[in-house]
Amino acid sequence: MPSVYTHKFDTPVFKGAVEIPTGIFIDGKWRDGSDGELIDVINPATGKVITQVSAGTKKDVDEAVVAAQRAFDTVWGLNCPGYERGKLLYRLAELLEKHQDEFAAVEALDNGKTFSWAKKADVTMSIGTFRYYAGWADKIQGNTIETSKDKIVYTTHEPLGVVGQIIPWNFPLMMLSWKLGPALAAGNTIILKPSEFTPLTALLAAKLTQEAGFPPGVVNIINGYGSTVGNAISHHMHIEKVAFTGSTIVGRKVLEAAAKTNLKETSLELGGKSPNIIFDDCDIEQAIDWTIHGIFWNHGQACCAGSRIFVHAKIYDKFLALFTERTKEIKVGDPFGNDTYQGPQVSQQQYDRIMEFIDSGKQQGAKVVAGGERWGTEGYFIKPTIFTETKNTMRIVQEEIFGPVGVVIKFDDDEDVVRQANDTVYGLAAAMFTKNIDRALKCSQALRAGTTWINCANQLHPQVPFGGYKQSGIGRELGQYALEHYTAVKAVHINLGHTP
Amino acid sequence: MAKTFTHHFNTALFNGTVAVNTGLFINGQWLNSLNGDVIVVINPADGETLTEVAAGNAADIDLAVQAAKRAFKTVWGLKTPGHERGRLLCKLADLIEKNHDSIAAIEALDAGKHFNDVRRIDVQNSIYLFRYYAGWADKNHGKTIETSGAKFAYTRHEPIGVVGLISPWNYPLVLACGKLAPALAAGNTVVLKPPEVTPLSALMLAALVKEAGFPDGVVNIVTGYGSTAGQALIAHHDVGKISFTGSTPVGRKIMETSAKTNLKRLTLELGGKNAVIIFDDADLEQALKWTVMGVFGQVCAASSRVFVQEGIYDAFMERFVAAVNSMRLGDGFRADVDQGPVVSQEHLDRVLNYIESGKREGARLVTGGTRAGGSGFFIKPTIFTDVRPEMKIVRDEIFGPVGVVAKFKTEEEAIEFANDTFYGLTGYFFTQDLNRAIRVSNALEVGSVYVNSTLFNAPQVPFGGFKQSGQGKELGEHALETFTQVKAVHINLGVKL
Repeated sequence: MPSVYTHKFDTPVFKGAVEIPTGIFIDGKWRDGSDGELIDVINPATGKVITQVSAGTKKDVDEAVVAAQRAFDTVWGLNCPGYERGKLLYRLAELLEKHQDEFAAVEALDNGKTFSWAKKADVTMSIGTFRYYAGWADKIQGNTIETSKDKIVYTTHEPLGVVGQIIPWNFPLMMLSWKLGPALAAGNTIILKPSEFTPLTALLAAKLTQEAGFPPGVVNIINGYGSTVGNAISHHMHIEKVAFTGSTIVGRKVLEAAAKTNLKETSLELGGKSPNIIFDDCDIEQAIDWTIHGIFWNHGQACCAGSRIFVHAKIYDKFLALFTERTKEIKVGDPFGNDTYQGPQVSQQQYDRIMEFIDSGKQQGAKVVAGGERWGTEGYFIKPTIFTETKNTMRIVQEEIFGPVGVVIKFDDDEDVVRQANDTVYGLAAAMFTKNIDRALKCSQALRAGTTWINCANQLHPQVPFGGYKQSGIGRELGQYALEHYTAVKAVHINLGHTP
Repeated sequence: MAKTFTHHFNTALFNGTVAVNTGLFINGQWLNSLNGDVIVVINPADGETLTEVAAGNAADIDLAVQAAKRAFKTVWGLKTPGHERGRLLCKLADLIEKNHDSIAAIEALDAGKHFNDVRRIDVQNSIYLFRYYAGWADKNHGKTIETSGAKFAYTRHEPIGVVGLISPWNYPLVLACGKLAPALAAGNTVVLKPPEVTPLSALMLAALVKEAGFPDGVVNIVTGYGSTAGQALIAHHDVGKISFTGSTPVGRKIMETSAKTNLKRLTLELGGKNAVIIFDDADLEQALKWTVMGVFGQVCAASSRVFVQEGIYDAFMERFVAAVNSMRLGDGFRADVDQGPVVSQEHLDRVLNYIESGKREGARLVTGGTRAGGSGFFIKPTIFTDVRPEMKIVRDEIFGPVGVVAKFKTEEEAIEFANDTFYGLTGYFFTQDLNRAIRVSNALEVGSVYVNSTLFNAPQVPFGGFKQSGQGKELGEHALETFTQVKAVHINLGVKL
């Protein structure tokens, strides 16, 4: 029988015991993975093992699909009216709100982000996202379409069936809410694989879905490795759709798997190397604060991070000085400390990767004006880092680092900076700072990115779609747009009089 | 300052004490009317006085409108984000759910409706409506619209401002909620004037609105007479829109008043003289049951004209009359009751007059036709046959337990009969044939068609009449549009003179 891990928190910002189931959750029941394997869950602030959780297998995924299909055919899908699906999602939001501190604490423990950010951003947005999609559940409407008087034609937007969802480690709970929300609102049943690096809040969330009253089989959560559970999901012949958030490299594999198997609908949220353009007529103070939020929020572990910072020559020196000064003031440390802004990176693997990028920057001749090295002696902490005097060909300018590392690039030509901003295989987001209306709207239109932020950065709302152009992904999450990816359109023609 | 009405229920279906504040609810406070006027509230099941509630006049309405205007400019409208408006609407739904039985009891008492029906239909739908529109509150999207590279154009869906809601006495709670929910979701502030004859459930709702945490002035509830409070609201220059449910003659007056004042926008849910058509291939048993449910009643959507295809006419009538004769009249708190009283003495007189006109004009009275004994406002369920289209009982909306039945030969004839009215609210028919279902649905000149049911609505589906049954739609996504005004914004990016 799978165990429950109890973690006792005794920190300046949160105290209390939280019980976390450690098994896999299939068909409303908790159990071990079919081959009994376990995965260590590491605390990135210390590098030490917190607990172990079950690892699922292909066999577990197969069983989950059977349960999810059964649930879809009997108690979910269009068997359950949208209003009722919505009520359950509202209940889930309520329960999450009730337990928000526990979830924030477990997220901070597992992922390394600070308790305060986890609470005010991750958990708050998750609650908002469940509420938002609860509202859509009974509003999924098709069209009636005029063709001729001898016919009635209409479309219905039907759920797809069993969908697979693979989520990353950077915003574990929030990503779970972005996936579960629209999928459940539209009437699908779900097999979700959390990241093996950060499974704990997903396991707590599974418990909440039980408590909220989702029928068994509607939500199944299987922790495990990408190469086993993830692979099984992306190749499964009876999973109608897969939604993946993660790196572009793995995203490619997910799409290939769909191509090779049942052509399952695939949506991908991948990497980014998003530009942040600071024009000379910006509000500089605001621009700097947002730039910091753009690259250092979540320790740079955000797909939409504004990691290429273009600053107009006229304000370059002033901007860089102030930006550097404020970056150096960022408080790094214990995620449960009172004033900590930045905790550790999520894993040894990520730490090594980021440090390697930093070294490459130094070796390729870029200048470090802040950070550029480890922080502290245990755990995976890296100082917020700024590079200048880069060349476009450098790895730190081209490749996604996914860490607290920004590059600052001087520009003086408005059109050319847009060209530079677009000169990337990615197209997830872009930010700009200007007070001028023409510049704001025209530049926004010219940027090839799924989100453009004007005078802000990294701002997300459940109501607003998010997703990439180019190799940053396929499809949109959030907003009404997400529903399109979780429904299939059926056209119904009723002939009243035509003969063939 | 205002008094509380406390009622102790001791009935077969509900026991308990319920308290209702009887003042005007303006800017988050309970007030007496400025000149002290009151309305006497009567129990239609026995004609006895229940209590008095404040009767607002023009000055009270003006206070409420000013409070609503201030709230709109400061704490509501688009100043409160949609998701927050939605959260409050959800909270209100939860509170209604929590106080389910008390509200149902007060409504049943005040309006003469059956407690079980009120619990199951009125209160449940009220909760449903608030949750449904809570979901829309942050989803009232405008569009960005491509015109040319020289322009960035988009629309904003903005609230209108202060809206006036006037709800009717037949479903006091749920029809008020059907207006409140989309109005608030879209960001408007509200002055609701409940029906003078059945004001109590709205007053209970006011207390829940306050408990839910809506900022003061967002929802104002002013009880009063149509000719005073209602008229003041309709004529008020700071009210941008009226949503009214009631009779067609009053709807006409509202339109005239709007024309003479500030051209305020209108949603009017007016009368109906709805047809139910029973084709000879209908499932007769089901058609019978739905017709019995739909024909009698103080409902705008009542299926009060029954058209039966001649081949099944005799079989249908025999069972129909038998079913009607077995209906039990009684007050709404007894388990073994099928029909309650009509809402007031005035209405009783009106319905009885129609019955007399039917007899006078030569229709055949098949069953019912008189008041039922006792001090309550009870009328026996009444059926007329052998009717002619020009008879008053066939043309006018009676809004009581009176149905007229006629025979038809062909589908075309049935459609012609059904459409022969200046009303156009709902149409019902029973058939098993697919093509007929679609043809007849297409042909009926009504805002809502129901195949193989009567009176079976859903909050997600829009409702509103054609012709003189009204203007505009309630329910569904459409209701949001009626509480929204569209602003187009054009940003010039390239045209220089």
